[in-house]
Amino acid sequence: MLNNFPLWPVQASTIARSVDALYIFLLIVTGMMTLLIFICLVYFAARFRYRPGVPAVQIDGSHALEITWSTIPFLIFMVIFAWGALVYFKERTPPADATEVYVVAKQWMWKIEHAEGQREINQLHVPVGRDVKMIMTSQDVIHSFYIPAFRIKQDVLPGRYTVEWFRATKPGTYHLFCAEYCGTQHSGMVGDIVVMEPAQYETWMNGGSTGPLSATGEKIFAELGCSTCHRTDIQGRGPNLHGVFGKPVQLEDGRTVTADENYLRECILDPGAKRLKGFQPIMPTFQGLVTEEQVNALVAYIKSIAAAKGEAAKASASAAAPPAQENAQTNALANGSQVQ
Amino acid sequence: MPQPAIAPPVERENYLNAKYGVWSWLLTTDHKRIALLYLLSITFFFFIGGFFALLIRLELLTPAGDLVQADTYNKLFTMHGMVMVFFFLIPSIPAVLGNFLVPMMIGAKDLAFPRINLLSWYLYIIGGVMMLHCMLTGGVDTGWTFYAPFSTNFTNTKIVEAGLAIFVAGFSSILTGLNFVVTIHRMRAPGMTWSRLPLFIWAHYATSIIQLLGTPVVAVTIVLVAAERALHLGIFDPKLGGDPLLFQHLFWFYSHPAVYIMILPSMGVVTEIIACFSRKRIFGYSFVAFSSIAIAVFGFLVWAHHMFVAGMSVYAALVFSLLSYAVAVPSAIKVFNWTATLYKGSIHYDAPMLYAFGFLGLFTIGGLTGLFLSALGINVHVTDTYFVVAHFHYIMVGGAVMGYLGGMHFWWPKISGKLYPEGWARLAALIVFIGFNLTFFPQFLLGYMGMPRRYYDYSHMPEFQILNVLSTAGATVLGVGYLLPMVYFLWSMRYGKPAPDNPWNAAGLEWKTPSPPPTFNFDEEPVVTWEAYNYDELDSPDKGAPHKEEVPVAR
Amino acid sequence: MPDSTVIGLHHEDEHHPELLHHFADAQQQRDSASLGMWVFLATEVMFFGGLFCAYLVYRHWYFPDFAAASKSIDATLGATNTAVLICSSLTVVLAVWAAQTARRTLLIVSLILTMLLGMAFLGIKGIEYREKFVEHHVPGASFSFDKVQVPGHPDQYANPHHAQIFFSLYFVMTGLHALHMIIGLGIFLWLLIMAWKGRFTPEWHTPVEIGGLYWHFVDIVWIYLFPLLYLIDRHP
Repeated sequence: MLNNFPLWPVQASTIARSVDALYIFLLIVTGMMTLLIFICLVYFAARFRYRPGVPAVQIDGSHALEITWSTIPFLIFMVIFAWGALVYFKERTPPADATEVYVVAKQWMWKIEHAEGQREINQLHVPVGRDVKMIMTSQDVIHSFYIPAFRIKQDVLPGRYTVEWFRATKPGTYHLFCAEYCGTQHSGMVGDIVVMEPAQYETWMNGGSTGPLSATGEKIFAELGCSTCHRTDIQGRGPNLHGVFGKPVQLEDGRTVTADENYLRECILDPGAKRLKGFQPIMPTFQGLVTEEQVNALVAYIKSIAAAKGEAAKASASAAAPPAQENAQTNALANGSQVQ
Repeated sequence: MPQPAIAPPVERENYLNAKYGVWSWLLTTDHKRIALLYLLSITFFFFIGGFFALLIRLELLTPAGDLVQADTYNKLFTMHGMVMVFFFLIPSIPAVLGNFLVPMMIGAKDLAFPRINLLSWYLYIIGGVMMLHCMLTGGVDTGWTFYAPFSTNFTNTKIVEAGLAIFVAGFSSILTGLNFVVTIHRMRAPGMTWSRLPLFIWAHYATSIIQLLGTPVVAVTIVLVAAERALHLGIFDPKLGGDPLLFQHLFWFYSHPAVYIMILPSMGVVTEIIACFSRKRIFGYSFVAFSSIAIAVFGFLVWAHHMFVAGMSVYAALVFSLLSYAVAVPSAIKVFNWTATLYKGSIHYDAPMLYAFGFLGLFTIGGLTGLFLSALGINVHVTDTYFVVAHFHYIMVGGAVMGYLGGMHFWWPKISGKLYPEGWARLAALIVFIGFNLTFFPQFLLGYMGMPRRYYDYSHMPEFQILNVLSTAGATVLGVGYLLPMVYFLWSMRYGKPAPDNPWNAAGLEWKTPSPPPTFNFDEEPVVTWEAYNYDELDSPDKGAPHKEEVPVAR
Repeated sequence: MPDSTVIGLHHEDEHHPELLHHFADAQQQRDSASLGMWVFLATEVMFFGGLFCAYLVYRHWYFPDFAAASKSIDATLGATNTAVLICSSLTVVLAVWAAQTARRTLLIVSLILTMLLGMAFLGIKGIEYREKFVEHHVPGASFSFDKVQVPGHPDQYANPHHAQIFFSLYFVMTGLHALHMIIGLGIFLWLLIMAWKGRFTPEWHTPVEIGGLYWHFVDIVWIYLFPLLYLIDRHP
C-alpha cells in the first residue's frame, strides 16, 4: 500500500542523494513550522472561543516578537538557500573528463548521439559509475531533458547549447521526460535512460556504430572545405583550430571569450558575430547548409584536435598574407575535395 | 415569504433600488453597482475556467489519453490558465470587493474617477468577449505562459486574438489600480490618517502599485509576440538572431508580481475577518501594513525564479534564489501576526471566519512549499512538474479564492441587504476545504515523483494513476463546494432575512451605513477620531456582545 | 440623481459647475486629476520600458549591426522632429499659462499651434517610414539589408538578421510613440473645442494641465528614442 504513495523516486545518481537530503531537511523544517502554526491555530481557536462575559484582550503588538519571528525564519531561509545553492553548483558543474553525449531535441523526439558514434532515439544507454555530460540543442522549440531518478533537468533551447551532467549509481531503466511544453505530443516525448554495468555497456557499444562522432566531424570538415582556410601547416585565411577549444580567444572588438561549444557553434552559423582579432571577415555562414547533428559532429571534431607543433598553431595578432589562390578555395568548396 | 416579528420597515432608498432598468446599470458610475457588474462577470468566467479544470481532471483519471485528443487537452489547460488568471483571479477581489468597499472604508462617496471605473468594466467585458470568441473558434494551445518560439513560430492557434484579449483586460486592471491609488491618496475622510486605514486598504494599495507598474510590461510583451507572429521579426527567434529567453524575462517580469496581485487583496480580506471574529485589533498593525508594501516591492525582484533551468547563468540563479527567500519573510510575518491576533481573542466561528481559518492553513502550506521551489537544488528536480502546480494552486485557490469567498460572506449583508443561511455556508466552507486538500495535496507527491506538467497521457508511467484518481475525486468535491454558495447567495437575495446595518458588530466605516448602502454611501461625511479595529469600544457596552442582530433596525 | 435623503457633503456656498459630486471640494478634484495623470504616466514608462529593455539587450549583443542599421535612418529628419516636439512642448506650456491667466485667445492659438506641430511630427515620421519602405528596410517578407558596411569597418558587412531586429524595434518603438502622438492630438482637439466654448477659467482648467502633462511625456519619450535609434556610433 505504501508503495502507492512514495515520497520520492528511486535514487539512481550521485546528485539524487544530495537533492533528497535537502528535500528531507525541508520537509522537516516546513513540517515543524506547519505544525507550530496549526497547533497555535487550533489551540487558540478552542481556548479563546467566544464566551459571554469574557471580552477579548486588545494587544497592539510586540516589536520583540516581530523581530524574532522575522529574523529566525530569515536565518533558516538563508541556510536553505545556501544548501540549495551548493547542490545546484554541483549539478551545474560537469566534471572535466565527463563522457560527452550530444542531444538534439525536436518535436517530439530525442535524438541522441554518443561521442563514440552510437545513435539512439528516445533512449540513452550509459554505464553505471561514469560521468556523462549531455550537450543539447533543439531544432525547433524549447524542450527540457528531465530524468526524475537522477533529479536533473535542463531546458533545451534552439540556437544554442545547454549542458547537463550526471553520474548514474544504479543499473536499471529510468524515465526520461520532456518537461517544457512543446506542442501536441509533448506527453509523448518520453523515453528511457538505460544504465548498464560497464561490461554490458561495452558489449552494447560495440554492437555497431558509424565510428566516433569526431571522425564524422572530420569528414564533414573536409567535405565543406573548412580546411581550405583553417589550415595547420601554414597560416591560412582562418585561424588554426588545433587546440583552440576551451581556450580564451580575443575578438575583433577587444573582448575576450572562451572558445566553448556555443562559441564554435556560433562561428559556424554566424561567423561575423564574434570574429577573432586579426582575421578578415570572409568566412561564409553555414546556417541552413548543416543540420544540428552535423554541427555537433564538427564541434566534436574540433574538440578532439590537440595543439599542433609549430608557432603557426598559435593565434597571431596580425594576419599573414593568405597564400592560397582564390580559385583554389572556390574550387574546393564547389568540388568538396580535400585541399589539406 | 418569511415575515419578521415586527412590521417591516419602509424600504429605504439604497444603491440597488435608486434607479431601475438595464441602462441604469450599464451606464452606472456608482462604484457599488460596478462592483456587482464585475461580480456577475467574474463568476461567469470562474465557471468556464472551472469547467475546463473538470475536463482536465477527468482526462487524467486514466493514464491513457482517451477522453480528449492531445491538441484539445493542450487547449484546455491553456484556456483554464488564461481564463482563471486574467479573467478571474486578477480582477476578483479588487474589482468586486475593492470597488465596493474602498470608498466606503475611507469615508468617500465614490472612487476618484467613477467614469474610468465604468470604463474598466467595459474593457474587461470587451477582453472577455474576445477571449470567449477565441475559445469558441479554436482556442489557444501554448499554455497560459505562451513561451516563444512555440507561440511565435510554431503554433497554429489564435495567439494574436488571445493576446489582444489579455491586452485589453490588462488595461482594465491598470485603470482599476490607478483609481484605487488616487482614491486612497486623495479622498480619505477627515481624520482617516494612513495609520487608521483598514489593512484591507493597505493591501489594495500595494496591489494597485503592482497592477500599475507590472501590467504594462506584459502588454508590451504581447505586442511583441503579435508583431513577431505577423511579421516574422526575429526578436525571439534564434534563427534570426533573437533570444527566446528575452521573452521569458519580459513575461515573468509581470507574471511574477501578478501572483501578488492575486494574493494581497485576499490577505487584506482575511485581516478584516480575523480582527472582527476575534473581536480584537490586528496584532502588529504597522508590520502587517508594511509587509504588504514589502511584498509588492520585493515581488518585482524575483521573476527569474521561474527560469532556474531555462539556461540562465548560475550566478543569476543565485541572486534570484536569495531574493525569493527575502520575499517569503513578509508573508511569514503576516501569518504570525494573524495567528497572534487570535491569542486572547473572543473567537466566533461564523462562515467568514471558517474561510479565514482555511486560508491560514492552506496559505501556510502553499507558502512553505515555495521554500522548496526557491531552493535551487530542489527546483531543478521539481520545476515543470505537478509540484509547482500544487504549490500555486494552494496559494491561488487555497489562499486567494478562500479569501474571496470569506470576503463575499462577510460583506454579503452589506452588499445585498440580506443574510445568507449560516448553516449551509459553514458546510460549504468545510466541503471546499476538504475537496481542495484532496485535489491538490496528492499533486505534491506526483510532482516529486517526477510527473511533468501539461501531460495528457501518462501511459508510460501508470504508477502515477492512483494519485491522479485521488486528485480528480477531490476536484469533484471542490466543485460541489463552489456551487453551494452560488445557490444560497442567489436564494438569499429573494428569501434571506433582511440584514441589519452591522450584523457582525464589525469595525470599519462601511458598517456605519445601512445595508444596502445609499448611492452616495454616507449621509454626512464622516470625521474619523478613532483607531482602526476599535473592537474594545464596539464591545464595551455589554462584554462580549452578541454579534448578530436578528431583527433589522427600523429608522 | 441623488434624492433628498442625501445631504450635500460640505457647506461650501459655491458649487463650481465643474465640481463633480463625489469630490468634497475643487481642490480635491484638482489634486486627484493631477495624481491620476502622473500615475498613468508611470504606467506608460513601464510600457515603453519593456521595449527599451529589449533594445538595450540587442544593442549590446549586435552593436556593429545596430550601428549600420542606425546609420541608414535619416538623422536630419529625426533631429527636425526633435526640434518640432520641443517647440510643441513650449506651446503647451504657453497654453497652460494662458488658461491660468484667462487669456482665451492665446490659449486657443497655443492649442492650435501644438496640434500643428504634432501633425508636422507625424508627417515627417510618415516620410521616414516611406523611405524605409522603399529601401526594403521594413521587417517582414521583403526585408533586405545586404552588403551594408558597418560604420568604421569598411571590410565588414552587417548581419541582415541582426539589422532586422534593429528595424523591428525601430518600428515598434516609434510606431507606439506615434500612436501616443495621435491620441495626444485627439486629446488636444477636445481641449481646443472646450477652450473655444469658453469652458476653461483660472479656477478650473485641469484638463489643460493634465493634457499638457501627457504631451510632455510623449515628448520626453521621443527625446530618449532619438539618440538611441538615430545616433548609434555616429561620427561627424
